[in-house]
Amino acid sequence: MDLRAIGESFIAWLQGLGIPDGWVLFINWLVGSVLILGLALTLALALIWLERKLAGRIQDRLGPNRVGPYGLIQPIADALKLLTKEDITPAEADRITYNLAPIIAVFHVLMLFAVIPFADQVVGANINVGVLYLMAFGALGTMAMLMAGWASRNKYALLGGFRVVAQLLSYEIPIALVMMIPVLLVGSLNLNDIASGQGGLFGLGWFVWIMPAAFLLYFIAALAEGERAPFDLLEAESEIVAGYNIEYSAMKFAWFYLAFFLNTWILSAIATTLFLGGWQGPFVDKIPALGVVYFFAKTFFMFFLFAWVRATFPRLRIDQMMAFCWKVLVPMGLALLLGAAIIVKMGAEMSWPGYMTNVLLLVMNIVVLLVMLSLLGRYTRTLSETKNKRLFAPELPRL
Amino acid sequence: MVGQILFIIVAAITLLMALGTVVARNLFHAALFLVGVFFGIAVLFIMLEAEFLGAAQIIIYIGAIATLIVFAIMLSKNVMGKEAGAYNRQWYLAMGGVVFFFLLMGWLLIQMPFAQVSAEVPADAISQIGQGFVGHFVVPFEVASVLLLVALVGAIMLARERNS
Amino acid sequence: MTVPLTWYLIFATALFSIGFFAVLARRNAIAVLMGVELMLNAVNVNLVAFWRYLTPEDLSGQIFVVFVFAVAAAEAAVGLALMISIYRTRKTINVDEINELRL
Repeated sequence: MDLRAIGESFIAWLQGLGIPDGWVLFINWLVGSVLILGLALTLALALIWLERKLAGRIQDRLGPNRVGPYGLIQPIADALKLLTKEDITPAEADRITYNLAPIIAVFHVLMLFAVIPFADQVVGANINVGVLYLMAFGALGTMAMLMAGWASRNKYALLGGFRVVAQLLSYEIPIALVMMIPVLLVGSLNLNDIASGQGGLFGLGWFVWIMPAAFLLYFIAALAEGERAPFDLLEAESEIVAGYNIEYSAMKFAWFYLAFFLNTWILSAIATTLFLGGWQGPFVDKIPALGVVYFFAKTFFMFFLFAWVRATFPRLRIDQMMAFCWKVLVPMGLALLLGAAIIVKMGAEMSWPGYMTNVLLLVMNIVVLLVMLSLLGRYTRTLSETKNKRLFAPELPRL
Repeated sequence: MVGQILFIIVAAITLLMALGTVVARNLFHAALFLVGVFFGIAVLFIMLEAEFLGAAQIIIYIGAIATLIVFAIMLSKNVMGKEAGAYNRQWYLAMGGVVFFFLLMGWLLIQMPFAQVSAEVPADAISQIGQGFVGHFVVPFEVASVLLLVALVGAIMLARERNS
Repeated sequence: MTVPLTWYLIFATALFSIGFFAVLARRNAIAVLMGVELMLNAVNVNLVAFWRYLTPEDLSGQIFVVFVFAVAAAEAAVGLALMISIYRTRKTINVDEINELRL
């Protein structure tokens, strides 16, 4: 069963009804958008349940278990509760900006769904600049949170807004550097091409095997981009109450909540597409519909990793977080990108066999990772030595 | 025909946003209008079949420049309040000059014949752009990167608190 | 290609004029900077429109736009750093109040 064929037969059916071509295209796109939108909103409910249940189990709790079997109806109950709550707008708030912010927050995530390839050629819009598109609409999210933080006229919201800029703008750089590496290896910005460029027996062609350091870097930076613990400083309860969305309640808060979960899922989907082979898997060339299964399995595995980290790690301090981005992740990303570029170019010039390039890439990744780890290790050692020397150390060495 | 209607709608919205940027007394609102302008121009780029630039426009202008401007607004004067006296004393002179400039340029542009060709955009446009950067335009490309580095260092030096 | 080239050019002229007005008439330095960004964007629209209608095979037009992006980013970064620095010493960023050379 080919999913592509369903779409084509749908178009043929519409044409058979005698509808002009322009309208056929329009109806086709409309149906596609509604499908993706429906998928996104259903996913959000599933994700909220999954995350709460996982966090509960990891922290030795039961998680939601009251409404429905295993608490499966809990997200719907939550949504209903949020919808029936009073919708408050602060008197001093900047009304239009205040109401626009949650809309943009959801809009930018939903726009990202358009370019994710769920299976071979099963993608909302198969555009040539897919990776750039992802970065572009990712950047819009910063704007939404900034608007929310400013328009609320609340000092905690404003502080949250400042932190949004500091965190999301900084972590955009390593994530962009690392997203360029699969682009470099495949030679295309098209996400479908990137996924199909990772074929191979039993997933051996996935880029995570030849670029493990890049994948790790993506994962860490994505934690920060998705505002998840240990990088959830934007809404750190103990420091700035709830950050940029402190004044939001009811429906508008629900929109931010939705955007948050969908954003994490999209980050997992991007990781799947760029590093875990997207819809690639055994027998996918014979039964294309299996691609959807593989894609969702990998994406939910990535989501599980995100939830795991969130349920396990404590929060960083803000200066630690910024220093970690600028002094660890960015140099590492630059080194990886440069190394990959040099190796791929040399491979092309000297016509090495394919496996030679891959082995060199892997070696380069491990070397970069080891150098970074040893530098970090040396830093933590001096830190602990200084602490031992003077109990009330006035100045710790800076990272 | 559809293209023309679409262009008129996008262009009108973009120009209204641009007017909003100039007229808004509240600087934050001006910055938000500016984001709208940037977005409209990205749409125009895509209508001109320059998808790469459309995406880059959103990344650079909205993701970086507009965010920086908003950040600077929040850091400077009365974060929460309005600004009194948005214009300086010669604003009517400026208005007249600008309107004159627009009318003159518009008149010239309508007179001007352009040697238009109706060729298609090459399919590998994006890779041609990339090759352009490391081929024919390598020197400007390197100069641009040095410029960005200098701007980075300079911005840090300028904005840093001097605690001597 | 149904949109005439002249429409794009007139649109860009209008955008440039609006930005120019902001540069000439606004008092706040950040607003002036926004005007400069509008002008640069108008230039970009012109470059892309000329590329699309006159030389679609030669991508120099698009490459130029990327250079304009780089210059605009550098300008915004340094300009805003300057404003923050001035604001710190003078408590104002109105361009007509910053009229002394000594800080």
